[in-house]
Amino acid sequence: MAGAGGGNDIQWCFSQVKGAVDDDVAEADIISTVEFNHSGELLATGDKGGRVVIFQQEQENKTQTHSRGEYNVYSTFQSHEPEFDYLKSLEIEEKINKIRWLPQKNAAQFLLSTNDKTIKLWKISERDKRPEGYNLKEEDGRYRDPTTVTTLRVPVFRPMDLMVEASPRRIFANAHTYHINSISINSDYETYLSADDLRINLWHLEITDRSFNIVDIKPANMEELTEVITAAEFHPNSCNTFVYSSSKGTIRLCDMRASALCDRHSKLFEEPEDPSNRSFFSEIISSISDVKFSHSGRYMMTRDYLSVKIWDLNMENRPVETYQVHEYLRSKLCSLYENDCIFDKFECCWNGSDSVVMTGSYNNFFRMFDRNTKRDITLEASRENNKPRTVLKPRKVCASGKRKKDEISVDSLFKKKEKEIKHMKWVSLGSMVKGVYVANKCFNDSWTVITPCRVWHQKKKKKKKTK
Amino acid sequence: MFARGIKRKCFDGEEDIEGTLAGFKSVPSYNLQRQSLLDMSLVKLQLCHMLVEPNLCRSVLIANTVRQIQEEMTQDGTWQVINAQNTGQASLDRLVSSDILCRSTKEQNEGKLVPSYSGFSKDFENTPSQDIISDLSTVTSVQAPRNPQSNNVWEMENSQENRGNFQKSLDQIFETLENKNPNSVEDLFSDVDNSYYDLDTVLTGMMNNTKMGHCDVLESFSSQTTTNSNSNCKSDINELDHIVEILVES
Repeated sequence: MAGAGGGNDIQWCFSQVKGAVDDDVAEADIISTVEFNHSGELLATGDKGGRVVIFQQEQENKTQTHSRGEYNVYSTFQSHEPEFDYLKSLEIEEKINKIRWLPQKNAAQFLLSTNDKTIKLWKISERDKRPEGYNLKEEDGRYRDPTTVTTLRVPVFRPMDLMVEASPRRIFANAHTYHINSISINSDYETYLSADDLRINLWHLEITDRSFNIVDIKPANMEELTEVITAAEFHPNSCNTFVYSSSKGTIRLCDMRASALCDRHSKLFEEPEDPSNRSFFSEIISSISDVKFSHSGRYMMTRDYLSVKIWDLNMENRPVETYQVHEYLRSKLCSLYENDCIFDKFECCWNGSDSVVMTGSYNNFFRMFDRNTKRDITLEASRENNKPRTVLKPRKVCASGKRKKDEISVDSLFKKKEKEIKHMKWVSLGSMVKGVYVANKCFNDSWTVITPCRVWHQKKKKKKKTK
Repeated sequence: MFARGIKRKCFDGEEDIEGTLAGFKSVPSYNLQRQSLLDMSLVKLQLCHMLVEPNLCRSVLIANTVRQIQEEMTQDGTWQVINAQNTGQASLDRLVSSDILCRSTKEQNEGKLVPSYSGFSKDFENTPSQDIISDLSTVTSVQAPRNPQSNNVWEMENSQENRGNFQKSLDQIFETLENKNPNSVEDLFSDVDNSYYDLDTVLTGMMNNTKMGHCDVLESFSSQTTTNSNSNCKSDINELDHIVEILVES
């Protein structure tokens, strides 16, 4: 994060929060997933009610260099509806589990959204012009009597208020018996994978009535089931390579060229267990909740309950870097098991240059780790104390003993159990970080954008420049 | 008594063992803590069935924890002792499958089965409905002793007592959910300390009734919930709203 010359540090400023003011929000409005598009201009959020809301960043005002464009509602549509599985007598939730944007090819935007069972491809297009001056139709659409037409004119396009339309283009259904937890678009931009607890399927974006099963870990006898798939992702550059993580803390890298069914992994990434930390909860906390390739494709990052690990794809026997997210929770695992918090799944993400990784924690905290300087920082995304462009102060949690001023004790974290930051998204443009989104279960249906502001220190006089 | 220098990591900090003074503090024994962890895990597994669709990952992790405890207990020799006391069953020289692990001891005594891990996981399969019915037949309510041969849940007697029991269990659930945070299992069970197994019966009864699709009991359940809903239902009793919605729709 340090730069040349006088030296500059990136600090983080609170930018914007959207959502309900009070905590008493309807269940259906709770945000379940978020995703920036590739440019960072659009932010898509999915909620428990099956709705997708897309926000667009307003164009930056060139005169005000320090104002970062705010995100405003761009489009809202109902992506999934609740369904009922009559055979099993179970309801299929409409909650959106994942959203993934397709790279933009033309004026329209495309995204994939999925609930537990069905994936849908949505097209979001703008309309800001409409044709006027038809010969055979009136302006309101009624047809004219052809005999009344005396002259002919060419219809012209006139501007109209911007209308953003979302239409479902493909519905990929009936391919998953278990709950879909991941979707990942291939670098060929033609295929994508969808993963549930026990199987991974490969789809072609144009073909909805067929998908290929590429991983199947379901045992013949379900009583022997001890491991499930927790996340899967395609490699950013090699269109034949993907990884999937498991509840036992392993990551398998598969090559689709090897065989049609990639049950036999090409590489198995697993860190040997630390015998001094062994407990009944070891397996649960080793369960991987998220796996993300670096932009370079050389590394991948995994998130388990207490840590973030960075793996070099060339080395399978241990990660190259490990960062502790909230080690102070290790002594509380029994309580966390009791109240089910130990099963919470956190996400993680890379910045654009792969130099910083970020993940969420409880109590509105999110953690950033600089891989180069080995510095880490804890920030709080709490809108209660923050106004726009407030520089966020680093927070510290004290594990035990005397609590210093400004520190937070571990026990106070458990007072509000609902506060957790699970979704962390980092959109970057080259090596410039554009924005960080934070979705908060406590805030229920709100999200926060936190952006970097650069603080310059010069030798003689201190000039503060924000970006 | 804990050996010096060995820290037991799986239990809370408040019972922190700091080296030499370990033996002198009033710390619950490791066996007791392990047993309570086992009990907690079994209850969690059973609670899974109350929800509409259990989270498979969570269930697998809990079941693995149970298996781990059971393996350790078998090595210690404590598992056989406990089982012999509770069930009186003779053949315990094999590793007990998770199927039996998921039975509460009370129901073991009465020879009933709660939905085992294999049982509920079968629900995920696209099995023909007949298999589902035969799976459900293993889930018995309190009335089971009267219909030991009943293989078809549709034949369950629609007795007043059935309704009464169900009403009671419904009230219990509403009461606990109303007062506490429904998302916290700990809160849900904070009152139910030793009576895990009573709750088991309640849950089994609930599950049995909610799983039935076409029974007369279903209709009585719907009508009961509507009368209850005015007094007890709050918007945050999500699980039961869910169940009612499904039943009403079907």
